[in-house]
Amino acid sequence: MRRFTWFNATSLTLGFAFLYLPMVILIVYSFNASELVTVWAGFSTRWYGELLQNEAFLDAAWVTIQVAVISSTIATVLGTMAAYVLVRAGRFAGRTLFSGMIYAPLVMPEVITGLSLLLLFIGIGLDRGVLTIILAHTTFSMCYVSVVVSSRLVSFDRSLEEAALDLGCTSMEAFRLVTLPIIAPAVISGWLLAFTLSLDDLVIASFTAGPSATTLPIKIWSSIRLGVSPEINALSTLLIAIVAVGVITASLVTKRAALRQEAEERAAERA
Amino acid sequence: MSQTVFEPWNDPDAKPLIQFKGVTKRFGDFTAIDDQTFDIYEREFFALLGPSGCGKTTMMRMLAGFEAPTEGTIWLDGQDIAPIPPNKRAVNMMFQSYALFPHLSVWDNIAFGLKRDGLPRDAIGDRVAEMLKLTRLEKFAKRKPHQISGGQRQRVALARSLAKAPKLLLLDEPLGALDAKLRQDTQFELMDIQETTGTTFVIVTHDQEEAMTVASRVAVMDDGRIMQADTPANIYEMPNSVYVADFIGDVTILEGTATRSGNGYDITFAEGQPSLHAESEIALTDGSRAALAIRPEKVSISAERPEDKRNALQGKILDIAYLGNLSTYHVELPSGQIVKAQAANTRRLSRRSFTWEDEVWISWTDTAAVLLEA
Repeated sequence: MRRFTWFNATSLTLGFAFLYLPMVILIVYSFNASELVTVWAGFSTRWYGELLQNEAFLDAAWVTIQVAVISSTIATVLGTMAAYVLVRAGRFAGRTLFSGMIYAPLVMPEVITGLSLLLLFIGIGLDRGVLTIILAHTTFSMCYVSVVVSSRLVSFDRSLEEAALDLGCTSMEAFRLVTLPIIAPAVISGWLLAFTLSLDDLVIASFTAGPSATTLPIKIWSSIRLGVSPEINALSTLLIAIVAVGVITASLVTKRAALRQEAEERAAERA
Repeated sequence: MSQTVFEPWNDPDAKPLIQFKGVTKRFGDFTAIDDQTFDIYEREFFALLGPSGCGKTTMMRMLAGFEAPTEGTIWLDGQDIAPIPPNKRAVNMMFQSYALFPHLSVWDNIAFGLKRDGLPRDAIGDRVAEMLKLTRLEKFAKRKPHQISGGQRQRVALARSLAKAPKLLLLDEPLGALDAKLRQDTQFELMDIQETTGTTFVIVTHDQEEAMTVASRVAVMDDGRIMQADTPANIYEMPNSVYVADFIGDVTILEGTATRSGNGYDITFAEGQPSLHAESEIALTDGSRAALAIRPEKVSISAERPEDKRNALQGKILDIAYLGNLSTYHVELPSGQIVKAQAANTRRLSRRSFTWEDEVWISWTDTAAVLLEA
């Protein structure tokens, strides 16, 4: 069977163009020497240099990273606990309500989540800043973590935990020594998901950020309103590069681990 | 030197290791175990045998502590185990899925329970080495569970559950995942290990051959009840009910009315057929319904009517199942019943004497069949 046909080639090109053309343009123009974004005036890395001098951007980046690391860590702990209770505890009073409430933020419009959090923070008199963004991000990313972790727990062989109990573990020890190490990949994926969500969230952060703290997406958004600058292009290109490296590394590591496991299993069966 | 036979269940002075006293287990409206009372003795290899859903796994999970009886009590070594959680019971379990910890090596899997007991390091090392030797896994100590074969995984699971030297070891379908050849070897290995360690084993299985091979006593279960608990030979040769006779091995059941005659009964089972005679000690009133259970290997097949046997019927061969060592003939009587007869294929090259549609005589002795209440 011939793989290359004009139809295949066209669909491939159109598909990739649709997905990546905007990003390619962005990356190309980040190396533009001109100050005008739409006029090409030769190659330069000038905007990357200027970016590193820009205190406002660097501050925003630092806040973003702090928020992302702390909120995704808290969300992972809470989300994993929620998932464990939902999958393992069986029926208890209020279970349906609890699971509904955990998954509701997945479909809730972000504007509503942001607004309600804003009202809450004003209501309890909490000054908006890094802390409020962290709380807000924890709230909405926790449900994503619990979805990822509970889907792993559903397929988890329950007799592993029973074996741990049978061999003398308390329930806590069984979780720490058996369950957690086995579901660790799902917990880590959950953390990465929460981290990414926090990193690129604009809507909820705009509601909960205050004058004392601005995240990178808010910073980019507000400077765009004054006109696109090549500096923003450079910043965006850096973000794309970081995300791309992360994703490619993660998939290579997973792939290699899977291949090694498969090879070892085949070797074991032959022996 | 006289060898004493191991049958503590016949010794009124023997103290049972496990006692079920009026144990009932319900899940909602469903009764999984229905008011069971029985004993298991030390060093026994006790098999719970039955079709799926008969309650055998529930029975085992109650011993392990994963389920609590709804009514009644379970005693282990003279102690009611209801308040003892699974991690404090001197009972270990080998799971059907093996439940090996995938993130730990074979060595760490076996050491897992010992570490929980807070034993000193070298004591753990010695015990693990002993277990590895017992299960012939020394070479694989450093491997992870996915790096060894199915049979080796089974042995790791066994070693892990034996490491803490439990008073009682529970085995849930331990050989279910192995292929037929490996299964047989492993059955004998299990028996050896049971004898070496002197541990009491309770095995749950749906495979009757496995239960008969390994167990000192087999409990045949149906619908939450133990129908009969006895040695494999007694279960096979002296079943106490049509259910047990039919569940274990191959059997022909002929139903009829019984009339007292000599040391047993005459059974009339069909019009136009001679009545059959079976020696039996059971008490039946004349004219009551009874079932005659006859094992195929106790029925002989011949071309002429045999002179020496009282039970002889004529029929036509309907089907022949050639099993290699044996052939099973399905003989249809003129009255419609089918009786199975088995003959050993002792000669390699001779022509088989009977073939399809042949008119033959089948016969058996007065003691060959078991008479049961219908």
